[in-house]
Amino acid sequence: MAWTKNVLRVNLETGTCSTEPLNQTWAQDYLGQRGLATKYLVSEIDPKVDPLSPQNKLIFVTGPLTGTMAATGGRYSVVTKGPLTGAIACSNSGGYFGAELKFAGWDMVIFEGASPKPVYLLLMDGKAELVDASHLWGKTVWETEETIKKQHQDPQLRVASIGRAGENGVLYAAIVNDLHRAAGRSGVGAVMGSKNLKAFAVRGTRTDAYQVADPEGFFKAVDAGKAVLAANGVTGQGLPTYGTQVLMNVINELGALPTRNHQDIQFEGANNIGGEAMHLKRPTDGKANLVTNGACFGCTIACGRISRMDPGHFSVKDKPQYHGASGGVEYEAAWALGAANGVSDLEALTYANFLCNEDGFDPISFGATVGAAMELYELGLLTKEEVGFELPFGSTEAMVKLAELTAKGEGFGKLIGLGSKRLCTKYGRPDLSMTVKSQEFPAYDGRGLQGMGLAYATSNRGACHLRGYMVSPEVLGIPVKMEPQATEGKPAMLKAFQDLTAVVDSAGICLFTTFAWGLQDIQPQIQAACEGDWSEERLLLVGERIWNLEREFNLSAGLTCKDDNLPPRLMKEPAKTGPQKGAVSKLDIMLPEYYQLRGWDKQGVPTPETRTRLGV
Amino acid sequence: MQKSLHIDPNKCTGCLQCEMACSWENYRSFTTAKSRIKVFSFHEAGRFVPYTCTQCDEAWCMTACPVDAIKLDPVTGAKIVLDPTCVGCKVCTIACPFGTINYVAQSGKVQKCDLCDGAPACAKACPTAAITYVDADWTGLEKMRQWAGKTDTNPATV
Repeated sequence: MAWTKNVLRVNLETGTCSTEPLNQTWAQDYLGQRGLATKYLVSEIDPKVDPLSPQNKLIFVTGPLTGTMAATGGRYSVVTKGPLTGAIACSNSGGYFGAELKFAGWDMVIFEGASPKPVYLLLMDGKAELVDASHLWGKTVWETEETIKKQHQDPQLRVASIGRAGENGVLYAAIVNDLHRAAGRSGVGAVMGSKNLKAFAVRGTRTDAYQVADPEGFFKAVDAGKAVLAANGVTGQGLPTYGTQVLMNVINELGALPTRNHQDIQFEGANNIGGEAMHLKRPTDGKANLVTNGACFGCTIACGRISRMDPGHFSVKDKPQYHGASGGVEYEAAWALGAANGVSDLEALTYANFLCNEDGFDPISFGATVGAAMELYELGLLTKEEVGFELPFGSTEAMVKLAELTAKGEGFGKLIGLGSKRLCTKYGRPDLSMTVKSQEFPAYDGRGLQGMGLAYATSNRGACHLRGYMVSPEVLGIPVKMEPQATEGKPAMLKAFQDLTAVVDSAGICLFTTFAWGLQDIQPQIQAACEGDWSEERLLLVGERIWNLEREFNLSAGLTCKDDNLPPRLMKEPAKTGPQKGAVSKLDIMLPEYYQLRGWDKQGVPTPETRTRLGV
Repeated sequence: MQKSLHIDPNKCTGCLQCEMACSWENYRSFTTAKSRIKVFSFHEAGRFVPYTCTQCDEAWCMTACPVDAIKLDPVTGAKIVLDPTCVGCKVCTIACPFGTINYVAQSGKVQKCDLCDGAPACAKACPTAAITYVDADWTGLEKMRQWAGKTDTNPATV
């Protein structure tokens, strides 16, 4: 059985931990990880609850393939109601933490209520204990992880924690594990902070916690999957060499790289901040930004960037703590910290990225919010007095300063920490917030790639590239090539991607495998690991069920079809340059067809037939 | 021909497939905590280094064992712990200069790499060839080949 069948419930209010058996009917209907935890959350909280109140819950969850030799089988997710969006939040992370949680014997840990004082959970196999974290409050992620390991004299502990951003209520605060892997989006770290839960440390040594159902079949399927990843140009070469940063120049040349708060669609500095640039020797110290690539648990792709900064760079000159190697920029971060605000200094982006890891906040939302602030500043709506310094587009110093202030929760950083929707609304221009459901866009312009626009508008957790990655067909030709400006077939393709992605997430593997893997590669691995019949048809039905369950939660939380929208800039302001020049989003053409394909009515509500068919 | 495990840390990405494979081989579980090979992350240096027993010819562990529970496999050259004989005294863990033999509380015995009877699971599982199982007399061959390729035999044509 690939599930441990055990759930740990932690009541932070009373300080008690209890064990309960996994609801196996739900495991059969929702597979694991994202889907399964969503089912628990939906069943246990009022969707209208204030996300930062004790009534919200925070769930750490693994999947049936987490902690197995399936390539990339190390993923866990954090599921809660998100404070940035007011919608379902599900943030997925790699590193080693998820597998360790599984080795300790747990499918899921549910945190309830809020602790009266700062605590962390220490979970040693079956033994759970809430430990006083007063001495850790105010500390960074990096300090917290180090302190906990030292305190327990156990360097093999795996730690997920929040930094000061999560403590200070940054609405896009992340939960960071293994120093630089993050459950990054939608503010799951702020929920953790609101519960006075500083960290979660786990050590798993059990050999009897779970088993794959058919070992022989499992290794056959897993080895075949690994061979496919190794032979594929993207997963076998592009990602290990350049990371996701392989995309920077590609997307820029295609004319889909949002620039300066989406005013432009191409960035003149793209080449300075992309994957190739990370390999170049710096003129200053003769070394490249990139030290090596790194893998998450079980991953045979290894897209992770390990970077070392130029110690002479102005941002770290007198700060030796940043002179060692750590998690470097991946594509979304490089875009958000760079192109989104017109900054093209790779070292500065790396420093800001270090800060995002060190104090736990999402570089996408942070960088995009800086971009919005810069536009407000250039329009004269935001003054130097309010910010504390000048804030024009392209100011490396300003971006770096804001990263420091946001990390510490000081000065204008407090406002930046609320995200661009709240910032722009405060200054009377909500239209300048490049968000869906108040969550910032990642690094693809919805005008340049029509399918991505639809993906953003309909994503259940707000603007996101990881819910239906239409870049695959629109740019990479996976599984088929679709022209960026075409609308035909896009709603159907997006639905298929969204459902498949829900399956991939819920299995506990990484979405990046789908550059090479189709369902035909994934299904045999799930089938061999899990008992019962897991046909492709059934898995897609599970994916569709998960998608609809998330949708139902959002509708109950008060979101409507009006929230399936894009900012007016993408609908009305034509792209200025490049191959997609003149393009605006054709969302209005695609959305009705999407609703229809989903089995939803014109208001985007699942019809009774759809509900019955999916059992949601 | 004897073979030995050969580790090239520069190729390691820290994925821990080797640790899972080792655990599977010996415990039918993926629990990396049970692995006899460990991958160390030197975070600030940006390095991952797999490390395990190198099967010393004059093995300290074998010499130190008071009950002769560690035997040489003449075919593979591995020093093998005989579980029925091991009394869990841990003297070998003190004797080993490299820390690669360790006590297992679950069994009350020590464990170390035994080269999986000549087919090391870690090497098979490694996706980047950071761990290979090669001719024991020629562990330097690949490094020599790389340097040989850099030899400039005819500067005039460069």
